Order: sequence, then structure tokens, then C-alpha cells
Amino acid sequence: MTSDIFEITVLSLKVSLLATGISLFIGLPLGTWLALRRQLRGRGFILSIINTGMALPPVVVGLFVAMMLWRSGPLGSLELIYTPAAIVIAQTIIAAPVVTGLTASALQQLNPRLRLQLLGLGASPIQMVISLWREARLPLLAALMAGFGSVISEVGASMMVGGNIRHQTRVLTTAIVLETSRGDFQNAIALSILLLILAYMVNLGLTIIQQRGTR
Amino acid sequence: MVETILGVKDLIVRHSDQTVLQVDSLDIQEGEVLAIIGPNGAGKSTLLLVLGHLLHPDEGQVYFRGKSIEQENELAYRRRIALVLQEPLLLHRSVFDNVAAGLKFRGVPRPEIKQRTDEWLERLEISHLRNRPAHSLSGGEAQRTSLARAFALQPELLMLDEPFSALDTPTRSRLLQDLHALLSQTDVTSVFITHDLDEALLLGDRVAVLLGGVLRQVGRPQDVFTAPRDGDVAAFVGVETVIAGNVAVSQNGLVIVDASGLRLEAVGDVPTGTRVLFCLRPEDITLSISEGTAISSARNHLTGRIIRMTPSGPLVRVLIDCGLPIVALITRGSANEMRLIEGQSVIASFKATAVHLIPR
Repeated sequence: MTSDIFEITVLSLKVSLLATGISLFIGLPLGTWLALRRQLRGRGFILSIINTGMALPPVVVGLFVAMMLWRSGPLGSLELIYTPAAIVIAQTIIAAPVVTGLTASALQQLNPRLRLQLLGLGASPIQMVISLWREARLPLLAALMAGFGSVISEVGASMMVGGNIRHQTRVLTTAIVLETSRGDFQNAIALSILLLILAYMVNLGLTIIQQRGTR
Repeated sequence: MVETILGVKDLIVRHSDQTVLQVDSLDIQEGEVLAIIGPNGAGKSTLLLVLGHLLHPDEGQVYFRGKSIEQENELAYRRRIALVLQEPLLLHRSVFDNVAAGLKFRGVPRPEIKQRTDEWLERLEISHLRNRPAHSLSGGEAQRTSLARAFALQPELLMLDEPFSALDTPTRSRLLQDLHALLSQTDVTSVFITHDLDEALLLGDRVAVLLGGVLRQVGRPQDVFTAPRDGDVAAFVGVETVIAGNVAVSQNGLVIVDASGLRLEAVGDVPTGTRVLFCLRPEDITLSISEGTAISSARNHLTGRIIRMTPSGPLVRVLIDCGLPIVALITRGSANEMRLIEGQSVIASFKATAVHLIPR
């Protein structure tokens, strides 16, 4: 069991960090674009869809991804169902709207004239965006924490597309569900504490980065 | 010959089919400070955004050194100018990093960034704030940082959009004096936007009046203020007599100004030798026909000839040539009693306390 726990923890961390990373890769540019394109037609509609996505139930995502990746499904030939990759896909779908929506709101909170000021000082569009990110780094890191938090704690999608297969796709949350259903509360509690510690450590790291130089 | 740095031709900006800005022609000469004045909502900031290539006009062109800025590389153009806005809009970094920001954008080598940033921290007297976080500054300190940030870029054209309007009066007048000094030391071509006439008179080599989105008049301050092109401009500028002169004597708060050979008395604390603008509101001027009719406390008596009389409601606006153009506003009744007519000789009197002196 001890070596199993180590394996499960590492997989949980790997899968959730990867999904958060991909979400950041998608959500940061997308959220920035939505925040800065104020004249964009239908921007409000897109933002409302993304904000709804922030409340997406993991089981619904799990169902959707399972149907896609099912052997007879449209992406079945990729043979991804019941692999860690499938969990990463599902968790990315869960975290990306969170990161996108919070990025957009973080940048919309900045003074809109700051953009003009930066451009008026000779910033290129990329330099302008990077400066805005630096200005909004507190809420942006909060967006990242929220994204990570939504996937490290999620069980429905991981269970449905990963299958909780020992040595392959078992993560902390699915393991807790299993141990609890077996009545093995001791193991379930140990895994729960481990999950909390893990979440705490990642968020501690991000908080330290976030708070550095804010005084 | 002075070169035109920035030219505007047939500019129109619309917001949902409504014309918010219309400038048929405007030239900014190398080395001058052009003050654009107008009330709030007159389109001043919109004009500045167009000049800064931050807003595309619906019609018309902006030329930088003879070339349309639309054809030029946008970034390259923006890196030849610098912008200071009403709010300082500093980044959440140190004062030094803020002043260095524009230089970093331009990829200036690090030692040069340090040297130029330190120089301008010094010149704006904020060296002691160098390592302070920008958001801990007072309003005046923050605007000094914003000015240093723009000046450090050594722009070909400096654009300032009401940089002092959010500051308290003492802070504002000190900064205004300092900016005036910096502008004359560096000789940088500037566009200065304000709704404040004193600021425009102090800083502007020329003044452009923008009312209701339309450029109404451009000229030297004394010309715009003494000879407003139309009633709207006159109403906006309020002060109608502006005379350029030199302080000949300054003693105990009393000043004698020499203006084209005339000696005029005013109240003020301006050192001898200062170039000043001598400002008078038309309602502060009293007219009389013959000298010595009554003893009065008015210190200034100028003899002149009436050039024009323009009735406006119950009042008559009288333009008098006393060697200098002076505008007086008197009631229709007074004008009738004195039987004033154009071409007649009159004495214009005004108190030394009625004069507003603006050092230039």
C-alpha cells in the first residue's frame, strides 16, 4: 500500500499540474484577448458561456469526454479512454474556463487607460500585454490557484474517463472513493490528509510568488 | 525656417454617427509648446489620442515630419513620442522602474537606462523616492514620476493631457513652474492639453481653442485672448486684454510693467526683469472722457481712441487703441451718457488690483 500511495500521489500531482498548465496556456491568452477586445461583438455572450463553464460539473465533463474517447466514439481510435491522458483532457476542460474567466476579470479590473499609457510610452503590443499581466499578477495567480484547486479535488471526471485502474489511472480522489466504499476509513483518511497537504503545498508556493513584492 | 513636426489635415472622428472632433488644419512647429484649451468634453483628449496614433480617425490624416503616420510603422512612430496623462497611471513597481519603463520597451542598454533614469529623477527632484513603491506616492510625487518617465525618453514630441488637473493648488503651481522650466530647457516640442487658462498662458507658445469638438482658433496667447475669433471663444477665454510686457520695477508687492513703452501698475510678487502677461478682464476697466474729472483709486489711466463698439445685451464692448488694444465692457447707459462713438478719444482706467500677472 505504501508504494501504491506514493505512485497515486505522484500521478495525481502530474495529471492535475499538467491540466492546469495546459489551461493556463489556453486561458491566459484567451482571457486577455476577451478583456482587451472591448468592441468585440458578442463579447458579453462569450464571457457568459465561459463563466458558466467555471461551474461545469466534473461528472458532465466526464460523460462528454468518455463519449468522445469511447472505443466506438469519434476519437476512439486514439485509444485514450482509461489512460492518464484522458484524465488530463477532462481536467483541462474543467480548469480552462476557470483560468480564462478569472484572467478576463483580472485584466478588466485594471484601469483601461493604463493600456493607452503603456502604448504611449512606446510599448509593443506584446510588451503592453506582459506589463498588464505583471500589474494583475495577484488576481492572475489567484486564477491559477482556482484552476488547480478545481482539478486536484475533482473525482467524477477522473473516475469516468480514467477508471480508477490500479498502477495506471488511480489518483488520490478516486482512491479515497474506493477506500471509503470498502469501509477502509483509515486508508481513506490517510489519503485525504495527503490530498490536503498536496493542495496546501502547491497553493503555498503560488501564494509566496503572488505576495512577493506586493508590500 | 521652423519645421512642422506634426500636421493635421481634414480630421474627423465620429462616435456612432456623431462628429465628436473636427480639425481642418493644425500644425505643430519644432520646439514650440502648443496648448490646446477647451472645456470638458470638447474633444481635447480625443485629439491627443489621434495625434498619438492610439485612435484612428474616421477621416483625414496626421502627418509626422511630412509623412502620414498611417503609412509609417505604428510602433516606430509611438517610440518617437511620449505621453503623459491626467492620472499618473504608474505600474506597481518602484519609482525607478516606472521611470525606466519606456526606455526598457525601447531596448535601451542597461547602463544607459540607469544613467538617463537617474538624471530625470534628479531633474524632477524625486531622487530620494527612487526605490519607493510607486503606489505609496502622493499625487504630486506620482505626477512627477510620470513626467520623468516621459522626459527620459527624449521624445521628438511630448504630449501632456491635463497632467495637473487632479492636483491640489499649491502642488499644481509648483509642478507647473517646474514643467515650464523643463520645457524651455529641453526645447522639446509639446502638445499640452488643459481646460485651465492660466496653465495655457504660462506654458503655451501658441494656444489652440477647441470648443464642441471643433478647432476654433489657433494663435499666440495674447492674440487668442485679445482678439477671440468668435463669441464662443471670447466667452471661454473670459479675459480679453492680455498684454506682453516686462517688469520694470517690483517693490513691496507693487509692480510696474513696461509694455510697448507704456508703464502700467499692478499688484503682484514678480521679480524685476520677468517677462509677464498683463491680463485684464473687460468689466474691470472704467472709461471717462476728460482727465482729472474725479479723484479715484485707479492707478492706471491710458488715453486711447475707440476703434470699435459692439453692443452685447445691456452692455457694450468697447475696443480701444491705447498703443495696445484694450477691451472694456460698459453698460449701454454709460455709453449713451458719455456719447461714446467710434473714433473718439477716451481714458481707460483700471485698478492695479484688477490686473492678473502671469510670468512667462
